[in-house]
Amino acid sequence: MAGPRRRHRAGSVYPHWFYLPAAVVYGTLFLVPTFASFYFSLTRWTLFDHEFIGLENFVVFFQEPALVKGLTNTLVYAVVTSGLKVVLALPLAVLLTSDIVGRAYLRSVVFFPVLVSTIGVGITFTVLMQPNGGLINDALAVLGVRGPAWLTDPSSALLSVALVDVWKGVGLATLIYIAGIVSIPSEYFEAARVDGAGRFTTFRHILLPLCRPATVTVVILSLIGGLRSFDLIWTMTRGGPGFTSDVIASVIYKQYQAGFFGLSTAGNVVLFLVVTVIVLPLSWALGRKRVEL
Amino acid sequence: MLGGVAILASAVVFLVPFAFVVLTAFKDRAQSAELDFSWPRQFRFAQNFVDVVTARDYTLIIAFVNSAILTVASVAVMVVLAAMVAFVLQRRPGRWTKVVDFVVLSGLIIPPAVVPTIRVLQGLGLFRTMTGLILIEVAFGLSFCVLLFRNFLATVPRELDDSAVIDGAGPFRVFFLVVFPLMRSVAVTAVVVQSVVVYNDFTNPLYFLPGDKNVTVQLTLYNFQSQYGTQYNLLFTNILLITIPPLLAFLVANRRIVAGLTAGAVKG
Repeated sequence: MAGPRRRHRAGSVYPHWFYLPAAVVYGTLFLVPTFASFYFSLTRWTLFDHEFIGLENFVVFFQEPALVKGLTNTLVYAVVTSGLKVVLALPLAVLLTSDIVGRAYLRSVVFFPVLVSTIGVGITFTVLMQPNGGLINDALAVLGVRGPAWLTDPSSALLSVALVDVWKGVGLATLIYIAGIVSIPSEYFEAARVDGAGRFTTFRHILLPLCRPATVTVVILSLIGGLRSFDLIWTMTRGGPGFTSDVIASVIYKQYQAGFFGLSTAGNVVLFLVVTVIVLPLSWALGRKRVEL
Repeated sequence: MLGGVAILASAVVFLVPFAFVVLTAFKDRAQSAELDFSWPRQFRFAQNFVDVVTARDYTLIIAFVNSAILTVASVAVMVVLAAMVAFVLQRRPGRWTKVVDFVVLSGLIIPPAVVPTIRVLQGLGLFRTMTGLILIEVAFGLSFCVLLFRNFLATVPRELDDSAVIDGAGPFRVFFLVVFPLMRSVAVTAVVVQSVVVYNDFTNPLYFLPGDKNVTVQLTLYNFQSQYGTQYNLLFTNILLITIPPLLAFLVANRRIVAGLTAGAVKG
């Protein structure tokens, strides 16, 4: 009876033009450049003009050893950081939701690095990781261990930065897991206790499957972050020694600085493809296999 | 027992690096170059502070002013625009909802294309301007805020809007006088989280606002890294000063930040 009139009125209270201001900013500065990048990645582009050269930039990208290294490093970095974050954050979250002394303090201390400047963290750890005289290797020497050369050794530079990334980001992953664990109804744990399930069984068969949404969130967020990561790597190694710790994002910056705008933009397109090819199927697959209650 | 071990381990892993920053910021130049974890022989913080602040014609002060302008302006605009989008998106499901959802989500996933963005900014005359960078931060931060607001609006009953409409309110009044005030708590969350994000942002100022005149605090730190390569006391004084704003945000609004960062995480 009042249906049509009500719908009409509802339309005017929730006008589509409320989208407009956001759409203008977002469209001009995010969507247009994103679409334009597909075209410009196919050009030789300088300050003055651009010339269509087909897939040449992508050929360079997959042939030049320095650029190929950037591609593989990006994958290694993303997988290592997100893997370590899951492996460390889950036990931490279990610990921080149990009845232990100093719980509030521990939560704050683990979380605080998330809020701190990445550049500040990068500079601090560059100093701490100095092979000779740096605090980490000094401490290892006291324990009788000869520490690696961290950032100055081509074989460990990327992984050293990845460790610092985990140090800075594990707090966020832990928080997400804590939120996931807290939302599990306590009846499940009580039922398990009544059935005589031990700590490990409870963890394996109740906590782990029921905080799966949290795992999905942690994996996807840290994969996206890891694949796009730039500032920490740039502060700590500038992609060095040589180009051994370059990632796609640092290649994009280097090519931009060198004035190869087409190649830099091709890097952006490659990064776009890598992120979507990995994240979309993964979030679809992980999201589908929900736990049936 | 377990608690004791955890406290000890957390102190070694998480507190020692921060203590190192503070101790080094208090040392004189010679001792700071030793790079060890030791008590300062002389407390030189006042001198280090003056040296860092006055370096390169007070660059750090200018940088703090620039960062403040950037953070306040971009977060204010971002939050209002995102709230308007979330309001219509949540209240008026229809053909457009799925499209808008998709576009919003892609903003969280897709890495921005750098050089084309610079080209667009140049075309608008906004490259190397503070206004340009503010709009960039707005564009890149919108998606997070829209999702946060939309989830929250689902819990605000529609009847409130309807009763305002019956009282003769138009969309502007319904939104700004009825709905937006109800969103206060989640808006505070968005403001705090995005302030920390924008303040700590390094990449976007590096690309879109290069040059000494408009430098932000993260960029001064980056520049000081090469300039003060051997003056670790000054480098770490700079880090210490730059860490103060996030520390304040953490002390004042930790709960809000946590709420914002974990929202939606458990629903999957």
